[in-house]
Amino acid sequence: MHYLLNSIIVAGTTTLVTISLGAFSGYALARLKKKWAHLILMGILACAMFPQIAIAGPIWRFLQIMGWLNTYHGLVLPYVALTLPLAIWILTLFFHEIPRELESASLVDGCTRFGTFIRVVLPLSTPGLFTASILCFIYAWNEFFLALLIMTDPARQTMPVGIALFQGEHTVPWGEIAAASFITTAPLVIMVLVFQRRIVTGLSAGAIKG
Amino acid sequence: MASLEINNISKRFGKVVALSRIDFHVEDGEFCVLLGPSGCGKSTLLEIIAGLIRQDQGTVFIDDRSVTNLSPRERDVAMVFQNYALYPHMTVAQNLGFGLRMRGVPKEMIGKRIMETARLLGITELLDRRPKELSGGQRQRVAMGRALVRRPNVFLLDEPLSNLDARLRVNVRLELKKLHKQIQTTTLYVTHDQVEAMTLGDKVIVMREGKVHQIDRPEIIYNKPADTFVATFIGSPMINLFKGIMTEQKGRFIIKTQDFHLEYVHGDLRFGNGELEIGVRPEDITVVREAERGLRAKVEVVTDVGAEKYIHTRLGSTSLTARAAKEDSFQLGETISLVIRPSRLHIFHDGRRI
Repeated sequence: MHYLLNSIIVAGTTTLVTISLGAFSGYALARLKKKWAHLILMGILACAMFPQIAIAGPIWRFLQIMGWLNTYHGLVLPYVALTLPLAIWILTLFFHEIPRELESASLVDGCTRFGTFIRVVLPLSTPGLFTASILCFIYAWNEFFLALLIMTDPARQTMPVGIALFQGEHTVPWGEIAAASFITTAPLVIMVLVFQRRIVTGLSAGAIKG
Repeated sequence: MASLEINNISKRFGKVVALSRIDFHVEDGEFCVLLGPSGCGKSTLLEIIAGLIRQDQGTVFIDDRSVTNLSPRERDVAMVFQNYALYPHMTVAQNLGFGLRMRGVPKEMIGKRIMETARLLGITELLDRRPKELSGGQRQRVAMGRALVRRPNVFLLDEPLSNLDARLRVNVRLELKKLHKQIQTTTLYVTHDQVEAMTLGDKVIVMREGKVHQIDRPEIIYNKPADTFVATFIGSPMINLFKGIMTEQKGRFIIKTQDFHLEYVHGDLRFGNGELEIGVRPEDITVVREAERGLRAKVEVVTDVGAEKYIHTRLGSTSLTARAAKEDSFQLGETISLVIRPSRLHIFHDGRRI
C-alpha cells in the first residue's frame, strides 16, 4: 500500500508548509493597516479563484523544466499554492481576534516580537491552526486531478489516483475499489473526530467573545 | 526603584495630535496620577513610556538615563492593562512567572517570587487556575501581581480599576494605596476618574487633548484649579461657573453678573471691564431661609446622595448648585437664599486662574 504512504507524505508536508507560511503571513496581515490588509486579502482570494484546469498546463510545464515531475515536492508545491489562500484567510481572522493588549503585555514582560508570536499569539490560535490544518489536509488528501497529472510513476501515486487506476481495461474490481476507498476515507474521519472539539471551537470562535 | 522624567514628548497619529510637548517629573517612589477625559492622550503617553510606541519628539528618562532607543524589555517597566491582558492559556502561576522566565531568572527564584507576590496579594489559592476561572477582582489582582513580581523600576497602570464594579473598585483602591505604601515603587497611574486621582495620587497631572493643564498635589488641584477646565473636571457635582465683571465701589470690590452682585475680598482690576469667569464649588454655598441675606434663588431640582443633598437653583439665567445637609428639606419651586463664601471664589480670566 505505498499509495497510502505517498498520500500521507504529500498531504502531511503540504499541511505543514501551508500552515507555517500561512501563520506568518496571516499574522502580518492581521497587524497591518486595515486598508492594505484588506486589499492584499482580496488579491489572495482572487488567486484562489483560477480554475484548476487553467493552471494545470503551466504547472506541468514548470515542473517538467525543473525536473520535478514524479517527485513529492513537485506535487506539494502546487498543493501549497492552492491551499495557502484559504489558510491565510482563516488564520488572519483568528489573529485578528487576539487582543493587542496581550501582545503589549508580553512585550513589556520582556518577550521579543517573535517570542510574543510563538509564546502568546500561536498558542491562543490553536483552534484556528487546527481548522486550517484539517482543511488543507483534506484538500491534499483527496486531490485527484493534479496528482494524476504530475505523478505518472505508479510508485509515487497517491490514494485517489491509485483507486482510479485499479480498474483494468475490461474489469472493474468493485470490491477492491470499495476497500481502498474505505482505507482512504477512514484516516480522515478518525482525524476529524479526534480534533472535532477543537475544530468546532475553531469554526465558531469570534462569533461570541470570551 | 527609579525616578521618571518626561521631557517635551510629542506624538501625532496622522493628522491627530495625541500629545503635544508633555513635560513632567515623577520622583523616586512617588505615586503620580495622570487624569483626563478619555481620548486625552494619557494611555498613549503610558505606551510611550513602556516603549510600545515611539514618540515623534522628546525624551523619556528613567533614573536620568534616556530610554528612547531601548526596547520595552530593556526599560524594565511593568504595566497593568485596563482589560488585564492575562495570558488565557497559562495558569495564574505561569502568568506571574512569565516575565521572570523571559528574563532568564533561575527556576527556584521564580517559584519563590511567585509565592511572595501571591501572598502579598492574597491569591495563593488561585495559582493553579486559569484566568477564565477567575472573577473580575481576582483577575485584577493577578494582573497587579504579574507587574509586581518583577520588581520593576517603574510601575505603569492603565485604568486598572475601570472594569470592576463600584463597590469592589473602592476596596481595591484602598488596597492599592496600602500596597504602594508597602512597596514604594515609582508609579504612574492613568485614570479618568477624579475620585481615584484625588485619593491615590501624591501628585496629579491633569491632561486634556494632549496637553498638560495642571500638575500639583490633589488638594491644590481641587482648591486652586489652574484653569476652567481643571475646575470643571474635578469635583462632583461640578463647580458653578458664571460670567461677570469686576468693579470697585468705595474701596470694595464687586463682581457683577447679569443676575446678581457679589462682594469679593481680593480685588484685581487688571482686566478692567474684561469679562471674567467666576467659579464657586457647591460646598462653598450655604443655603439659608432668611429672605434678607444672600441671593434669592428658586429651587429647580434636589438630588439626594444620602450623606448630603444638592440643591440645583436658578437665578435669572444663571443656575447654581449648592450643598445642603441631609436633614434639610426643600420644595421644588420654593425661593431660598444662597450665601456664597467670598474667600472661596475662583476667578478666571481667559480660562486661566487669576
